[in-house]
Amino acid sequence: MTNTNGNNLISIQNLKVHYKVGGGLFSSAKFVKAVDGVDLEIKAGETLGLVGESGCGKSTLGKAVLRLTEPTDGHVFYDGRDLAHLSSGEMRAERKNLQMIFQDPYASLNPRMTVGQIIGEPMRTFGLANGNVENQVQELMETVGLSRRFSKRYPHEFSGGQRQRIGIARALSVEPQFIVADEPISALDVSIQAQIMNLMERLQKERNLTYLFISHDLRAIRHVADRVAVMYLGKIVEIGNAKTVYSEPLMPYTKALISAVPVPDPKIEATRQRIILKGDVPSPIDPPSGCRFHTRCSYAIEACKQQQPPLVEIKPNHFAACIRISQEQPQIEEVAADEAPGLGNNKIN
Amino acid sequence: MSEKNGTILSVKNLKTYFQTEDGVVKAVDGISFELEAGETLGIVGESGSGKSVTNLSILRLIPTPPGKIVAGEVRFDGKDILRQTAEEVRKIRGRRIAMIFQDPMTSLNPYLKISRQIGEITELHLGHTRQQSHKHAVKMLELVGIPDARSRADSYPHEFSGGMRQRVMIAMALACEPEVLIADEPTTALDVTIQAQILELIKDLRTRLGTSVILITHDLGVVAGMTDKIIVMYAGKVFEQAPTGELFATPANPYTKGLLKSVPDPAHEDGTPLYQIPGLPPDVAHLPPGCPFAPRCERAEKICQEQFPPFIQINENHGSLCHFAAEVYAESLAESEVTK
Repeated sequence: MTNTNGNNLISIQNLKVHYKVGGGLFSSAKFVKAVDGVDLEIKAGETLGLVGESGCGKSTLGKAVLRLTEPTDGHVFYDGRDLAHLSSGEMRAERKNLQMIFQDPYASLNPRMTVGQIIGEPMRTFGLANGNVENQVQELMETVGLSRRFSKRYPHEFSGGQRQRIGIARALSVEPQFIVADEPISALDVSIQAQIMNLMERLQKERNLTYLFISHDLRAIRHVADRVAVMYLGKIVEIGNAKTVYSEPLMPYTKALISAVPVPDPKIEATRQRIILKGDVPSPIDPPSGCRFHTRCSYAIEACKQQQPPLVEIKPNHFAACIRISQEQPQIEEVAADEAPGLGNNKIN
Repeated sequence: MSEKNGTILSVKNLKTYFQTEDGVVKAVDGISFELEAGETLGIVGESGSGKSVTNLSILRLIPTPPGKIVAGEVRFDGKDILRQTAEEVRKIRGRRIAMIFQDPMTSLNPYLKISRQIGEITELHLGHTRQQSHKHAVKMLELVGIPDARSRADSYPHEFSGGMRQRVMIAMALACEPEVLIADEPTTALDVTIQAQILELIKDLRTRLGTSVILITHDLGVVAGMTDKIIVMYAGKVFEQAPTGELFATPANPYTKGLLKSVPDPAHEDGTPLYQIPGLPPDVAHLPPGCPFAPRCERAEKICQEQFPPFIQINENHGSLCHFAAEVYAESLAESEVTK
């Protein structure tokens, strides 16, 4: 199959991850539809930001792409091969090109291995250690901003930011093409977050890396991502260039999400009006019918409860899943006014 | 009384030290601030800066040992909390000064119904009967926006979502209509849309009940929209103190400036790398002799490595702990003129 047409490095098609919950002798099993039919293209050399609230399935999606979680259905094409259907042996060979950086720099490093061993292990595993592993490890450490002298130390001797650097060095050790970074800065202090984001951006340029950058931090995603995908209850609801998604969000959920981000500027904060969503994210075990956001959406009409909205290109390269907006009517307020009077009661800036 | 009219809480030269294997950690080392009635004060700092310890010290909640409040004064209602008896402090805690914490799950008792947890407080402090306290708990849950509060009052904490639990925590904290609410990272564990709900709720209740608030956070975005004045802490010290607008517009401390510049601003993204403060947060057990920020400061000079900086008052309400506070302030002022 030739699915790496154009410059797509990764092409995800109808990916599903359903987890079984419950289901004993007397009860029937239920399924958490963590990822429920996602289509996504990741272009070579880009950073695709994946945002969403906790429980929306963004981490599961990231893991399923790398087969760290088994997909229930669907395809992940990488370099002409479908990762979702490779045998575990074949998949292991691919892992050299596909790496992951984890959220918790404390839990993702083996406490009994020295930093040198941690960074060197993937090289040894994949037989990339040509001669002097020690030397290669030390060079990598320097690349990510750690002193060469630290290679004999253990993870507990490092701060959170330094541990994240170790995790990045480990991922880079096999010279991958594609890295899934799952909340790589969430556990770090503000001043350290900037350091790690800058480091990842520099490495991307130097090594032509492609990132899937998963985060709930919308400010960070705006900064690092070229394109942004917004996820809600297992589905992608909007995708487009980072700048446009932030300045002209289409889908009501994206609008609310972006308006909820506090801006570090008291003058803006004093005047802006937030869209405050009511209620919590519904359970993914029994997601709402139709558009999954309709239970919290103040623009929802009767049809939103029945129809599952497809992801449609509303503006060039800007897709949204909402039956109320179209190429002709990208602004939902205009639609809301004549078709559903009284529903558009949320304030939008 | 030497307090200004309207000052509800005043902290003077507070020092809280911890005895550790590594030596004495001066978690809070000479903090002073005043909270005016009806005001919201933001305390900003990274982990280990002492912001939480400051507030635990106010209510004498520091575990002793290893911690100890070694000096200072916390004036509330004309009396020094640090010198009152345990019995007197108990009457203030939860009644007149209440706290909410970052993690609502670990701060709620999993075995008790929500209504009982709120009820216990009003029974203790307000002398409510069981019936009164239950009624009051329902009223409080309604106030913080729990839908169907009457039936939800008899639920257990695990039956609530994270945002709802934080609402319950706020209901508990406000049950006795305290004069001061201390909120320690109240939204850090929550999603942005839920964070917006909770911040909006705190804002609304603050105006309705006239509560003074101390808001502790690492998120400069949160304090920008919520506070009247801000304290920036670093290594157990107040590095800068100023009215919110002034702190963001014209910071007088290199650390504050660095922090402000290192936060991505979605409104002004131009593809350039973020400003980054170099180096690592300080090891509070082994601070350098001079300014604790000097090893990471781009404008540090010889004097910064050698001498501890003075707290320089830029104007009546704006002070900065820096040898070059006046110069940094002048630079910020010039920069803000340019952007205007």
